[in-house]
Amino acid sequence: MALASLVALLHDDIMNDDVAARAEPVRPTQKPIRLIDEKGVPVEGAERAGFVLPEPEMLLDLYRGMVLARRFDVQVTALTRQGRLATYPSAFGQEACEIGAVRSLGEQDWLFPTYRDSIALLTRGVPPEQILSSFRGDWHMGFDPYEHRISPQATPLATQALHAVGLATAAKLKGDDVVALTLLGDGATSEGDAHEAFNFASVWQAPVVFVVQNNGYAISVPFAKQSHARTLADRAIGYGMPGYFVDGNDVAAMHAVTSAAVQNARSGGGPTLIEGLTYRIESHTNSDDPTRYRSKDEVAHWKTLDPVARLETYLRASGALGDELRQEIADAAEELAGATRDAMNTNPVLDPLELFDHVYAAERPALREQRAFLERELAATVSTASVSSGSVSTASVSAEPGSTS
Amino acid sequence: MTILDDNALGTSAATGSALTPSPSAVASPGTPAAPAPLSIAGALNAALRDALADDPSVVVFGEDVGPLGGVFRVTDALHATFGESRVWDSPLAESGIVGTAIGMAMYGLRPVIEMQFDAFSYPAFEQITSHLAKMRNRTRGRVSLPVVIRIPYAGGIGGVEHHSDSSEAYWTHTPGLTVVTPSNPADAYSMLREAIASDDPVIFLEPKSRYWSKDAVALPVRTAPMTRAQVLREGTDVTLIAYGPTVKTALEAATLGEAEGLSVEVVDLRSLSPFDDETVGASVRKTGRAAVIHEAAQFGGYGAEVAARVTERQFFHLQAPILRIAGFDVPFPSPQLEEHHLPTAERVLAALDTWEW
Ligand SMILES: Cc1ncc(C[n+]2csc(CCOP(=O)(O)OP(=O)(O)O)c2C)c(N)n1
Repeated sequence: MALASLVALLHDDIMNDDVAARAEPVRPTQKPIRLIDEKGVPVEGAERAGFVLPEPEMLLDLYRGMVLARRFDVQVTALTRQGRLATYPSAFGQEACEIGAVRSLGEQDWLFPTYRDSIALLTRGVPPEQILSSFRGDWHMGFDPYEHRISPQATPLATQALHAVGLATAAKLKGDDVVALTLLGDGATSEGDAHEAFNFASVWQAPVVFVVQNNGYAISVPFAKQSHARTLADRAIGYGMPGYFVDGNDVAAMHAVTSAAVQNARSGGGPTLIEGLTYRIESHTNSDDPTRYRSKDEVAHWKTLDPVARLETYLRASGALGDELRQEIADAAEELAGATRDAMNTNPVLDPLELFDHVYAAERPALREQRAFLERELAATVSTASVSSGSVSTASVSAEPGSTS
Repeated sequence: MTILDDNALGTSAATGSALTPSPSAVASPGTPAAPAPLSIAGALNAALRDALADDPSVVVFGEDVGPLGGVFRVTDALHATFGESRVWDSPLAESGIVGTAIGMAMYGLRPVIEMQFDAFSYPAFEQITSHLAKMRNRTRGRVSLPVVIRIPYAGGIGGVEHHSDSSEAYWTHTPGLTVVTPSNPADAYSMLREAIASDDPVIFLEPKSRYWSKDAVALPVRTAPMTRAQVLREGTDVTLIAYGPTVKTALEAATLGEAEGLSVEVVDLRSLSPFDDETVGASVRKTGRAAVIHEAAQFGGYGAEVAARVTERQFFHLQAPILRIAGFDVPFPSPQLEEHHLPTAERVLAALDTWEW
C-alpha cells in the first residue's frame, strides 16, 4: 500500500472509530514457539503456534550454516586470545537466532547487524577477513555494503534499526521488492532508538523484520534488570505490529517464524517483532569476566540446550544426516577455520594516508594540508629508520594487530 | 514576543510576511523571474520546491512539515504539490527522523529533513555524530549519505527555553559534516540547492530571527559556492567575521563605525565547516585586525576556532589580538532577558574600543 493511502486509512480509522479495518496485532504466545525441542524431538501442538518444520533440505542448510558459524566463532575467539584481534564479541550459543534469521532473506534483501552478528555476515557470504577487519583494527569495516546488502555492524546500540526502517521505506517508495532485517540485543531494546524504530516502521508500514536476540545479559546486566516486561515480543502489541516469542535455540522455529515475517513484509504486511530466547555461552567480549555476574550452573544448564546439537540429533534420527555428510560438513568447517587463521596471521598493510580519503565526497583544503603533513612525517620516519637500521621497514606504516591488547 | 512552537505562525503573521510560494514555482526552469521582494523563509521554500521538482530522489520529511508547512512555513505548500510520498509528516522523534533518513540515503534517496528547533536536534545527536557523519569513512567511501538537516537556530525571536540555541560548535567539531548558514535570501536559495545536491551530509543552519528579512531576488539564483566566505562590505581598519544571524549585527556595527570614522570590513562566513581560510585571511591581512561575532556562548565556541586559525596563519599581519563578541557563558536566557545576551552592534564597537589603536 502506498504511504499516502496508508496514512489516509489510519486517519479514517481513528475518525470513524473503526479500528476493525486494521489487522489485529498477533499476541505473542505465552510459551516460546518451538518446532524441535531440546532433545531433538519434534514438538506437537500449541507450542508450534501454527508453524511447520522447514523442508529437510533447508534444515540441512541451517545445520551446515550453524556448524560453520560455530567453528568460525571458536577460531576467532582463539585468535583473539592470541592477540591477533583487538576484540571479538562471540555468538557461541546464538547460532540458531543468527542463521535462522539470515537464511530467511532473499538475495535482494538487506541485513542490519550489530557487533555480535559476525556469523550472520559469514552466512551471507562475507569473507572472514572482510568481517574481521574491524575487530582486528585495520578499518572500521572491511566489506562493501552494496555487494552484500549488509550495513556496517553497528556498535552504538539500536541505532541500526532506524537505518533498516529508512532503507526499507525508501525501497517501498521506489516500488522495489526489498525487505530489511535487523538484529538487536535485549539490552538494545531499552534504547530510545529501538522504540523509535518500532514505531516508525509500524506507522510507515515499512517492510522490516526486527529480530531481538535475548541472550540473557547486556554485558553484565541480566534481563530482569533490563525490562519488567514478560517478553520483549509483547511490546509489538503497543506498536500495532505482530510479535512472536520464539525458542531462540531452535533454528527450525527461528527460521519458520522469521521467514513468515519476511514474507509478510514482502507482501505489504508491514513490520514484525520477533524475540528469540537464547543464551550467550562465551563472555561478552574477550575483556569481560562473566564469572562476576553469572553462575557456572546457569551456563551448564544452557549448554544442555545447545542449538547445534539439538538439530543434529533431529537430523540424525530423521535419517537426513548420516556419518558421511556430517564429516563432510565438519571438514568444511575445518577448512573455514584454517582459512580464517591464515587470513588473520597475515599482517595487513595499511596506508596511513588513506585516513584522509573517505571523510568527505568533496575536496577539503584543510584535509589536503593534514595529509601532506602526515606524508612528510612518514617520509622522515622512513628515512630515519633506513639510516639507523640500513633497511626500510614497513612496520612503521602498518598496524601491528593486537599490539595494544 | 514569546512564542511556542505551535503558534510560530503568529510570529510570521505579526511581522506581516506571509510566506507565499516563490515566483520560481511558476517560472519555467532557467528563466529567471523578475526581482521581487523575497524573505529567507520564502527563498528556502522555493529552493525545496525546485529541488523536489528537479530530482525525484529528493524527499522532505519531519515534524509538521506536511500540510502545515512547518512551524516556520518553510515547507509551505510542498505537501500539496508533491504529495505524501515526497513530503510527509513523520512521527515525532528526532533520532528516528535522522536515523531513517540515513537508511533512505543508503538506498539512493536525498532526504531533506527538519529539526523543528535547534535544541530539539539533541535527541538526534548520536545519529548525526556517530552515523551520519561517519558512514562514508566507516565504509571506505562506499556509502555516501546525501542528507540535509535543516535546523532553525539561534535567538532573537522571543522563543522560550530550548527554542534559541546555537548548536554550531557541536556540528563543526564533527568530522564528516559540512555546516553552512545563509544570512540573506539569495544565499538561502542558492546554498540550500547546493546542499541538497551535495553528496556529503550537510547541517543547514537557518537563522530564525532573520527568516522574514527580505531582499529583491530573481529566482532561481546562484550565488558563490556555499563553502566560500563573502566580503559583504569593504573596509580597511578592521575585519568583522560573522555568520547567520550576526551578519546583520556586523553590518549595523560597520554603519555605526563609519559614523565614528572607522572603516569596517564585514565577512560573512556562510560555511562554518569547511572554513574559508583564504577569504578571511586576505581580509585580515588587509585590515590587520579582526573580531568574530556569534550568539552562542563564548567558551569553547566556534569563535575560538576562528580566532586560533586566523592567528596561526596571519599572526605577523595582526596588530591586535583577535576578539570574540559572543553570548555569555550561560544557558540561552528567557525571552525577557535575551536582549542582554545577544551581541549588538554597540557591543561590537565597544569591544573594538578595547584595543589600543
Ligand atoms: C549507545 C550505547 N551505549 C552503551 C554501549 C556499550 N555496550 C556495548 S554492548 C552493551 C550491551 C548490549 O547488550 P545487548 O543489547 O543485550 O546485546 P548483546 O551484547 O548481549 O548481544 C553495552 C552496554 C554501546 N555500545 N552503545
